[in-house]
Amino acid sequence: MSAPATTNDLSRPRGRALPGLIDGTLVTLLLGAAILWFAPVGMGRYGTYVLSLWLVMSIAVMGLNLTLGYAGLKSLAQAAFMGLGAYTTALLTTKLGVSWYAAFALSGLLTFAVGIVLGFPALRVKAHYLAFVTLAFSTLIWLILRNEQWLTGGVFGISNINRPDFFGIKLFGALEFHRFVVAVTLILAVAQWWLIRSPWGRAFTALRENPIRAASLGIDTRAYTLLAFAIGSAYAGFAGALYAPLVEFIDPSPFSLSQSFFLLLMVVAGGAGYLLGPFVGALLGVVLPEWLRFAGSLYLIIFASIVLLLLIACPQGVSGLLERGWTKLTGRRGGTR
Amino acid sequence: MSQVLEVSNLHKAFGGIKAVDGVSFSVKEGEILGIIGPNGCGKSTLFNCILGQLEPTEGAVKLDGRDITNMRPSALNRLGVSRTFQLLQVFPELSVRENLILAGQEHQGSMLSRLFGARDAGLTDKAEQMIGFFKLGHLADAKAGGLSYGQQKLLDAAMAFMAGPRLVLLDEPAGGVNLTMLGDLKERLRAINAEQGATFVVIEHNMDFVMSLCSRVIVLAEGKVLAEGTPAEVRANPAVIEAYLGH
Amino acid sequence: MAEFTAYLIAGIATGAIYALAAIGFTLVWQTSQTINFAQGEFVMLPAVLVLLAVKLFGAPLWLGALIGIFAFILIFGAGFKLVVVDPMIRHGVLPLAIATMALSIIMKEGAKDGFSAEAQNFPSFVPTSTIEVFGAAISLQHLTIIACAFAVIGALQWFVGGTRLGRQMQATAQNPTVARILGIPVERMVLLTFVINAALAVVASVLISPIYLAKFSNGEVIGLFAFIAAIVGGFNQVRGALVGGLVVGVIDSLAAAYISSSYRLAVPLVLLVVIILLKPEGLMGRKEERRV
Repeated sequence: MSAPATTNDLSRPRGRALPGLIDGTLVTLLLGAAILWFAPVGMGRYGTYVLSLWLVMSIAVMGLNLTLGYAGLKSLAQAAFMGLGAYTTALLTTKLGVSWYAAFALSGLLTFAVGIVLGFPALRVKAHYLAFVTLAFSTLIWLILRNEQWLTGGVFGISNINRPDFFGIKLFGALEFHRFVVAVTLILAVAQWWLIRSPWGRAFTALRENPIRAASLGIDTRAYTLLAFAIGSAYAGFAGALYAPLVEFIDPSPFSLSQSFFLLLMVVAGGAGYLLGPFVGALLGVVLPEWLRFAGSLYLIIFASIVLLLLIACPQGVSGLLERGWTKLTGRRGGTR
Repeated sequence: MSQVLEVSNLHKAFGGIKAVDGVSFSVKEGEILGIIGPNGCGKSTLFNCILGQLEPTEGAVKLDGRDITNMRPSALNRLGVSRTFQLLQVFPELSVRENLILAGQEHQGSMLSRLFGARDAGLTDKAEQMIGFFKLGHLADAKAGGLSYGQQKLLDAAMAFMAGPRLVLLDEPAGGVNLTMLGDLKERLRAINAEQGATFVVIEHNMDFVMSLCSRVIVLAEGKVLAEGTPAEVRANPAVIEAYLGH
Repeated sequence: MAEFTAYLIAGIATGAIYALAAIGFTLVWQTSQTINFAQGEFVMLPAVLVLLAVKLFGAPLWLGALIGIFAFILIFGAGFKLVVVDPMIRHGVLPLAIATMALSIIMKEGAKDGFSAEAQNFPSFVPTSTIEVFGAAISLQHLTIIACAFAVIGALQWFVGGTRLGRQMQATAQNPTVARILGIPVERMVLLTFVINAALAVVASVLISPIYLAKFSNGEVIGLFAFIAAIVGGFNQVRGALVGGLVVGVIDSLAAAYISSSYRLAVPLVLLVVIILLKPEGLMGRKEERRV
């Protein structure tokens, strides 16, 4: 039987980029960061914490969006990569006294390297084998986190994870640390914005749309696919490195396979292939359940059902719905079609 | 003149079926070689074996004397072997200009320069030049998916020339193109051949197109070379007339 | 030696369960390109539904079983195909795979919230005793699982190879386009594979739940091992799924006994990686040609 065509309607038809350096997405990112910088004033410790958590999860979803939304690969280990980053940072800072900044960089490097090692054999065969290899990896990480008590503390996890300083300014308070998270998130979001607009981003789009034609144009599909996956995984490592000092205590539960599924659903809910989609997805997946406390554990079912409906009606997610609405309001753009 | 492409004793079998059965030929620099033959004669399989899309069962392919058998398509392209496909293969969501930049971006600089360097990889001028050359000027910013079939075909061809290839393999370039567009296409291909000295191999169904474009023609039948020569010689060859033209 | 035999039999029994799940997974993949990430939950849920029917309606076990199984095949066989797969397949393979992940979360959380977060006893229809074979104490339950699973797989093989309907289904799996030209009602055949998948899941669920108990999280391991079985055996091959299931089951059982019970899960994972590195087409698969 022949392999199915690698069609991928998840991603939106990408419009023309503006020729200049500044575009709408970048402006939105900067504006959003400015708003979030001041937003928690008067929100209290918990409200501020939820906002920070939203951004941290957005970083992980952003990485997965690169893998899934731009390069069209299924990774089922994003939460495991996040765990790898969180435990690396927690262990390095609490047990070895390494500075958070070094631990952050190492977490990113390690997850990037593991991404290469996992992706290489899987992508050699077929793109969807990556799903199974990452599925296996996810389980393996889960086992190690639970069983290697001497290192990871097993189900009791690691506590008393310190928050870093910023040039002598202590970031212990919720508001101070939140602002730090805003800054790191902005840097990572702008980095991805740059990546997507570079020739690499063009190559990612090409290998998602038509890998055979892309190869015939000299695009090393294997290298680019691998890079997309490894960079996406590194974002999870960065997210983990921020997550550990944010919650100050980590155990294996937020890094399970179910969480990886959940992160994928957030990508789709927000809109795969939209740079701002992950923020919307994480808002629906992380912040909304905090507001809808009454729904309790049913929220997960509600969220998954919403995603299922979105996939049927509008696979481009909420960002796609917004774009459709905007197009309707303003009439057809450009008229190139 | 030196040999750009040498194919020697190429075989390709699918199970028991011999799709390509011992084909040898070579292409000289600056030549336009046509390969014709009835449906199922092994033309496309031959192409795919040369281009690394399929693994030949036996035989060798050389580019400028260098063995390229089984080389991966992307590496082959960076060595200067370019191709078009039988079915349209442009990237519908990218603009015409972006399609062309994409076709050239991997041929210069390093991976790092493609990440940190200019967004257009310094190829905008070259792309504009190709757009002008293929008369797509008014469509530079339009999405490729929105172009007419003939225009997409021109873009497809333009992409194959974006990186200044040494050898171009065209798989049924005339298929589905209307007569006016066909004249355009032929004229563009001739001009590129004359100006850039690019070498061509063309697989085609359209006899008139091949006979008027190519300097030499190979006729394939049942996976073997049936005849070889100038268009006039091939036209006059009794074996060819019986196998193919006679119908 | 006696101990080894017991572990071997236990491994073949769980392997037969993985094989049932992997065969269904493969069938559905072949006919509709659906990678069903909810496959493990498909095996978890029928037992839960049976117990739920007993609890809700106060029905006797046999009636509860009928209601639960019928509801499951209707919803997750035919319903899954018509409500989830059909409207989504036009968007491509990727959204569909993600939809099955959403489905797996819904099934798992639904079982947890709607039924129980704790493992519940599921009645066994054979005694839980052991019999002595060549000095080894073999569990009757394991023997029953092996007998039933193989009978079902044998029946499936006979259906696919020996009946007109089955051959039509096989043709659809191999090449839907040609099947359509031959006048085979392709849509109905695809639906049939989904119903068969649900039925295989029911069999697996009823067989395994007396041992594993009925719990919402059971699908995680079963699903993972079913995927591994499918790939180890050779993606695309029903025969391969059977072999892969047995291999994974036996390796899992022996690893738990002789290597480490906390890392028993890891051994089949290593097997998966070795297969992908050395023989990516699987134990029973044929090498695929690169295609244009």
